Amino acid sequence: MSTQRTAGVPSETLKFVMVGHVDHGKSTLVGRLLHETGFIPDTKVEHVKKVCEDQGKGFEFAFLLDGLEEERDQGITIDVAQMFFKTDKRHYVVIDAPGHKEFLKNMISGASNADVAFLMIDAEEGIQEQTQRHAYLLSLLGIKQIAVVVNKMDLVGYSQQVFERTRDTYLQYLATIGVRPHSFIPISAYHGDNVVRKTDKMPWYTGRSILETLDHFESHDDRTKLPLRLPVQDVYKFDKRRIIAGRIEAGSVAVGDTLTFYPSGKSTRVKTIEKWNAETPARVYAGESTGLQMEEQIFVERGEIAALPSAPPQTGESFHANVFWMGSKHLQKGGKYLIKLATQEVEGTIEAIVKVINSSTLEEISSDAAEVAKNEVAEIIVSTRRPIAFDTFDAVPETGRFVIVHDHDVRGGGIILKKAEYLGANL
Amino acid sequence: MSSTDHLDKLENQSIFILREAYKKFKKLAMLWSIGKDSNVLLWLARKAFYGHCPIPLVHIDTSYKMPEMIQFRDHYAKEWGLNLIVGQNKQALAEGMNHTKGRIVCCTALKTNGLQQIMEQYDYKGLILGIRRDEESTRAKERYFSPRDKNFEWDFKDQPPELWDQFKTNFDENTHIRIHPLLHWTEVNIWEYIQRENIPVVPLYFSRNGKRYRSLGCAPCTNPVESEAKDVAGIIAELKATRTSERAGRAQDQEDTYAMQRLRAKGYM
Repeated sequence: MSTQRTAGVPSETLKFVMVGHVDHGKSTLVGRLLHETGFIPDTKVEHVKKVCEDQGKGFEFAFLLDGLEEERDQGITIDVAQMFFKTDKRHYVVIDAPGHKEFLKNMISGASNADVAFLMIDAEEGIQEQTQRHAYLLSLLGIKQIAVVVNKMDLVGYSQQVFERTRDTYLQYLATIGVRPHSFIPISAYHGDNVVRKTDKMPWYTGRSILETLDHFESHDDRTKLPLRLPVQDVYKFDKRRIIAGRIEAGSVAVGDTLTFYPSGKSTRVKTIEKWNAETPARVYAGESTGLQMEEQIFVERGEIAALPSAPPQTGESFHANVFWMGSKHLQKGGKYLIKLATQEVEGTIEAIVKVINSSTLEEISSDAAEVAKNEVAEIIVSTRRPIAFDTFDAVPETGRFVIVHDHDVRGGGIILKKAEYLGANL
Repeated sequence: MSSTDHLDKLENQSIFILREAYKKFKKLAMLWSIGKDSNVLLWLARKAFYGHCPIPLVHIDTSYKMPEMIQFRDHYAKEWGLNLIVGQNKQALAEGMNHTKGRIVCCTALKTNGLQQIMEQYDYKGLILGIRRDEESTRAKERYFSPRDKNFEWDFKDQPPELWDQFKTNFDENTHIRIHPLLHWTEVNIWEYIQRENIPVVPLYFSRNGKRYRSLGCAPCTNPVESEAKDVAGIIAELKATRTSERAGRAQDQEDTYAMQRLRAKGYM
């Protein structure tokens, strides 16, 4: 690659999302973190000061992020904001997600882009509906590194007892969904205790501050070690070259590799890897948007997944999945929806709704159900109109997840648990 | 081991988005403001499509743009063989529209409505723009693929979900989609990339007599900032130390507290 590395400049990026119940202080923490690390321009701080004075309030760190008028008037985050800062170790993208139930689809949009998460609990209010739901959704989204932040410790007299009680109760809940948190951190976002550095308010706490925790998270981008998955995005013929374009979602590919395209099963060898205004590489890796010229001019289309024949994806017309539903209209058994998985788009039928659960309490609402309501999670069986290529989410996350589109919008997301048995021709 | 660095990651994501847009929208255009961001965007398109730019470029000429910008536009449109479409709200200009009628009124008439006219004339369903999340707080909340209704309006209180890079590419007849491939870049990233790739920019960005433009727009509403940065390396060093916002020199943003929210809800870039 034609990269010019500059000494001392971090090259790694970690995206973290801030989730939890409404009013537990997520935006305040993010505002405080960005301000103390020096990544908020002075002009913006001055601007927020003036807005707060106009509203007759003290300085609101949350306003550094909640830029919409409606958000500031109601003191609530409506949609995800993404901001940037860096430490000596790496670059960070901070995703501030809304905590109100009404904006759950926005929280999911934000969290689906994150590598790691902070889950926030108000020390005074304790565990609430979204505290639980967000944890469960993070586990469904495949986010494994989660730190729990107990905020507003100033309101409970910086009490060790309150902190430990909250921690122990929440640990029990997290255990039921198989989440093992990275750590629990007591803080006051408003006063800045244990945010960037530890203050003397909680001498009983020996762990890391928020910023230290961030630098301690592992950067998990090990997708290059997985089997190659290159979904075809498009085929270009702008000049003499016929280039198969796409982003490598897992693994890597080199000139000379024999590739098979699934589900069609066609094979040929990689002749060149194309690049403009840079050297052409011999091998490209997960995360790279690339283009290949093949030795034989086989006919492939957008949607097929290129892989090494020694480690192919599964192909089939039916699978079991866990889905979360965000649509106001219920997901219907027997309903037909557009399924988008990597670059494949196919009509899918909901053959069965095996069980529906409340995504906060985890109570089973029904089994063999007829529909799934907004904000609920369900295990379903989907059949597709034609065969598709996929993986289980556990094996290759990027090709083991899909979205459900209805009335032009994404209404649900799902992860594939396993390929389903043949359901019969009359389904 | 992969050797991708920070700028490569940004580039890969932007190329993925540009390719999705090109594949999914038959009637697609890219807005070219001639500023640094849209020049990076154009460069990324040439990367995505291997030296070609198969997407027409739309420039909304308010007639108040600085002359250096127009010279730059015409020079590179020819050199790179671009399909350039220039739009202008001639009726508003004939009726004497200018910033003294009110900055928001003027921006809406000459930029938003000028763009709307071109979109209708060519029936574009997808419009690619070089906005970034770090520019100002309503842009921080944008999606990569962001719908606008038939009145050009942005419903920022009810945006569609966007997960796992599955974008909104299905839409009603009467709507169009704004596509934002640079959303995840910062101002410093843009300049670092300009430096790495050696991308041409309008010379107004470089210091002359102790001042330079940090952001380019219409002459009456865009002010230079104090700066000694005479080249790209100087700008990068300056930005890493600065404590002021990029758009501090853009008068329309300062008109009132939520000026940008109001402008953007009505279809501003």
